[in-house]
Amino acid sequence: MSLILDHVNHIYGEDTNLAVAALRDINLVIPDGQFIGLIGHTGSGKSTLVQHLNGLLQPTSGSIYFNGQDISDKDFNKKELRSKVGLVFQYPEHQLFEVTVFQDVCFGPKNLGLSQKDVEIRAYNALKQAGVKEEQFYQSPFDLSGGQKRRVAIAGVLAMQPEVLILDEPTAGLDPKGRDEILGQIKKLQKETGITVILVSHSMEDVAEYVDRIIVMNKGAVMFDDVPKEVFKHYEALEEIGLAAPQVTYIVNRLKKEGVPVDTNVTTIAEAKDAILKVFKEGFSPC
Amino acid sequence: MGIIKAVDLAFEYIRRDEEGNVEGITRAVDGVNLDIQAGDFVAILGHNGSGKSTLAKHLNALLYPTEGTVFVDGKDVKQPENIWDVRQTAGMVFQNPDNQIIGQVVEEDVGFGPENLGVPTKEIWERVEESLKAVGMYQYRKHSPNKLSGGQKQRVSIAGVIAMHPKCIILDEPTAMLDPNGRKDVIRAARALNQVEGITIILITHYMEEVIYADKVYVMDGGKVVMQGNPKTVFSQVEQLRELRLDVPQVTELAYELKKSGLPLSDGILTMDELVKELKLLKKK
Repeated sequence: MSLILDHVNHIYGEDTNLAVAALRDINLVIPDGQFIGLIGHTGSGKSTLVQHLNGLLQPTSGSIYFNGQDISDKDFNKKELRSKVGLVFQYPEHQLFEVTVFQDVCFGPKNLGLSQKDVEIRAYNALKQAGVKEEQFYQSPFDLSGGQKRRVAIAGVLAMQPEVLILDEPTAGLDPKGRDEILGQIKKLQKETGITVILVSHSMEDVAEYVDRIIVMNKGAVMFDDVPKEVFKHYEALEEIGLAAPQVTYIVNRLKKEGVPVDTNVTTIAEAKDAILKVFKEGFSPC
Repeated sequence: MGIIKAVDLAFEYIRRDEEGNVEGITRAVDGVNLDIQAGDFVAILGHNGSGKSTLAKHLNALLYPTEGTVFVDGKDVKQPENIWDVRQTAGMVFQNPDNQIIGQVVEEDVGFGPENLGVPTKEIWERVEESLKAVGMYQYRKHSPNKLSGGQKQRVSIAGVIAMHPKCIILDEPTAMLDPNGRKDVIRAARALNQVEGITIILITHYMEEVIYADKVYVMDGGKVVMQGNPKTVFSQVEQLRELRLDVPQVTELAYELKKSGLPLSDGILTMDELVKELKLLKKK
């Protein structure tokens, strides 16, 4: 179960004189079970890209294959694709509408034509996976806090049992603890169920902490595609396109520049701590 | 008395069910005392639902206190005759830039405020020009706001407030929807207004990095102010902040972790410069 993008281009308003190339020659393979971070500044083509992955947008040229099938084929089942590739938009809590949390999550599976019992089992499991507490199942979703609402919205997508889960800035507007809780829950879900997760984020610190692979978009093209450590080595190039490395990467690089022989291959606080302590242990150890 | 003073401020929401029967009362702000001096840069932190925004809405009379009083530039916000003065003294910028821009052209949007104050046309244009220059958006004055990025829109919103010549600007999570560059630009604009124009800034945010240059930080929880002080004092208390669902900047957290592991660093290190300096000194010994 994988997604393959082969020379995908997308041009908005192609036949007009306002044509804008939003995606340029994108070639990507997204295998099963990866946790991928998609970063890029506003207007770099991230949203256009993710909307291609579940067929909301069609490539102007090039092809996208889902499990070996070209999704632009006339006889390709788009409806199935949309339930297999779940997209959680920014501020998904604005899409909540039902009277209770449980009914809201039931809405998606109900529209798949499943039996009432199956619908409820799916909703129950999805709410559990998203970390919603049972006592909240029969509350109005509008009485919940921001972070809780967002979990319910994510559960609504999980209830469709997607194989790929795409989250567009799932932590925007949440307090720091809320950010950690949501991302921790998604990481846990990804580990336990083997689902593929694509996280669109502006926070380099979050991306460094959680993902296996980073795709950096710039002006509609893929600029870097590698593990976090390798990508953040190019922190100067990232700055030029309006991004940055995590703060700790800058700290170790500054230290090194100023003569402290520290390992600069660092993207998280825990790694920075170990790298710095190592230097000082060696320095302080009695001969 | 400072430019903004809150005395034992409390605010209660009455929760109602669908038929309009009273279900209960939520005390969103509970006995808050503030005294903010003119020209200060003040930050308010707190988790979602801690009462920050409810408090902020009292500072320009969008909400009235249930108990206690708020004075803005010496005027009691509860008195109806003060409301226009209060709103002109304290301008507000909200989280979502799309909800607060109404003009078809950037300069018209910025001119909307002063126009409603009855400012003469010539002076409106002068104010539009100086406000857009103050936030670095002057070259976009003829653009349509739709075509701007989130950070640019947010700076236009700030310009719209500055054009009213307020003494104080309240920014309620102005950067929550922006990318890192947009965030930097907005915070830079706010700091410049504070330092160059001497406008009092009250910044509500979830990004700890935005707070380190503030003169004073208030931390809210359950409608109360639970911590206050300069950024160094507040961010020294890493564990307590975590209990309040907050965080510290990455530099501060790294310094805290290193200290816990035995390196003799000082408390509440806020910037990379401080940390690098202290580590280099240690290395020399």
